[in-house]
Amino acid sequence: MAEIVLDVQDLGISFGGLKAVQHVNFQIEKNQIYGLVGPNGAGKTTIFNILTGVYKPTTGRFYLNGKELTGKSQQTICHKGIARTFQNIRLFNNMSVIHNVMVGLHDQPEFKCSLFASMLRLPVHFRKEKAMREKAKELLKIFDLYEERNNLSCNLPYGKQRKLEIARALATNPKLLLLDEPAAGMNPNETAELMETVRNIRDTFDITVLLIEHDMKFVSGLCDQITVLNFGTTLAQGTAEEVLNDPEVIKAYLGD
Amino acid sequence: MEFISILINGLSLGGVYALIALGYTMVYGIAKMLNFAHGDIIMVGGYTIYVFFTMTGHPLLAIAAACVMCVVLGVVMEKLAYKPLRGASPLAVLITAIGVSYLLQSVAQMLYGSAPKTVIIANFGVVTVGSFSISIASLLILAASALIMTVLTLFIKFSKVGRAMIAVSEDRGAAQLMGVNVNGIITVTFLIGSFLAAVAGAFYLLKYPSISNTMGSMPGIKAFTAAVIGGIGSIPGAMLGGLLLGVIECLFNAFPAIAPYTDAIEFALLILLLLVRPNGILGKKRREKV
Repeated sequence: MAEIVLDVQDLGISFGGLKAVQHVNFQIEKNQIYGLVGPNGAGKTTIFNILTGVYKPTTGRFYLNGKELTGKSQQTICHKGIARTFQNIRLFNNMSVIHNVMVGLHDQPEFKCSLFASMLRLPVHFRKEKAMREKAKELLKIFDLYEERNNLSCNLPYGKQRKLEIARALATNPKLLLLDEPAAGMNPNETAELMETVRNIRDTFDITVLLIEHDMKFVSGLCDQITVLNFGTTLAQGTAEEVLNDPEVIKAYLGD
Repeated sequence: MEFISILINGLSLGGVYALIALGYTMVYGIAKMLNFAHGDIIMVGGYTIYVFFTMTGHPLLAIAAACVMCVVLGVVMEKLAYKPLRGASPLAVLITAIGVSYLLQSVAQMLYGSAPKTVIIANFGVVTVGSFSISIASLLILAASALIMTVLTLFIKFSKVGRAMIAVSEDRGAAQLMGVNVNGIITVTFLIGSFLAAVAGAFYLLKYPSISNTMGSMPGIKAFTAAVIGGIGSIPGAMLGGLLLGVIECLFNAFPAIAPYTDAIEFALLILLLLVRPNGILGKKRREKV
């Protein structure tokens, strides 16, 4: 049996009386691309927020490579290897493209440099800065953002901002990458290109991907396994073909 | 030629305001709160200098002790008073900051009484060039402030921690999810701000060698004004606002007829500027996206 990267067990969260997510279970194998779909308000982004530590779940647990991360802080979870992008882009707008990526590199042990060394501008500071800059440039080249590296991120076109968000998330050296509606607002060409990019990322960085998406062509063309949510509970689970032909799923999306 | 001497005095006073204003603006930008106890850190620094200077007679040692004392105070203040309120309403944090300010002032009054004390830590005299004279202290303060601000700017722009500080001020949530230790960054911000306040306090004492438990209020308020003029949250803004305010203050003080009204004029200028540019000179315009 393949190695399980993310193991979600009986996850649930309530906001006051509202049960936003209940009894959600799924397992993602290493190097899988896993899809989380469902109508608006089904609880997809809420699950992302739980998995990255923004919300603490009311019930259930989740494990990354067998280590429990339930209820850990955002910083710890990021450190342990879950990184994400956002449904509405949340770049550091008034920082340059390369600095955005370098913030992602912030927590890597290889770039560790004490506050005093930085303040006093000791040689070690310049060495680490240079190494960080080189690493960031490498990442930007992969995403075809190298030429724009000194522009402010808010001046990038929309598609490139999405790419930069992925690059910034990858800079944290994740084992599991969460993409929240990566194809939102893209035209069919860009969507097709994005599918290629996601596959490439998975292979180049040897990571596992969990994504939320409404574009069914995108999901069925890319995802190995899918979980469909409706009103916070699991409606169906399986391969794209199995799930999209499930009468319950069709009912949830199109009504009776 | 008297103008040049006024200008240098103004720029050096402005440098002091700028150093204090940096503390306000960085804490505002990163922790999203107004630390009204910031001025009182200067006062604590002043008393530390007084105690150490009368004990050892060594001005540099006294200033170093003040820097350590203020940094410790700033970090402890953040941990005890502000950190528990992270996520609370901004009003609760604001009133806490005012409370901390009065606490520090009252403790100082209990320890040292309310009568001002004079401490002259160094006397540099003046240098005379042609027909006008410039105080050497002013020149030193100006040079030291310029140096500190340059180092700070380089630190913010070209270091890991500096970048993380900007990232936290841009989007705290996203920064946290990228692995930035937000609490650590806020601690560093208070550390730097308090250090700057200690240095500024020492400079202020060189200019006005009187220590009392409320000595931090006026430079604190002036520096806050400077930060708002420059655009609160903006680091170059705080520097510009500080220098501008210092020059304006010295300029008006040079005319005996206007001098008594200098403070009033400065704050009136603040109101006028805010009418024209509500975000300050270098403040970010918030454009609503539709």
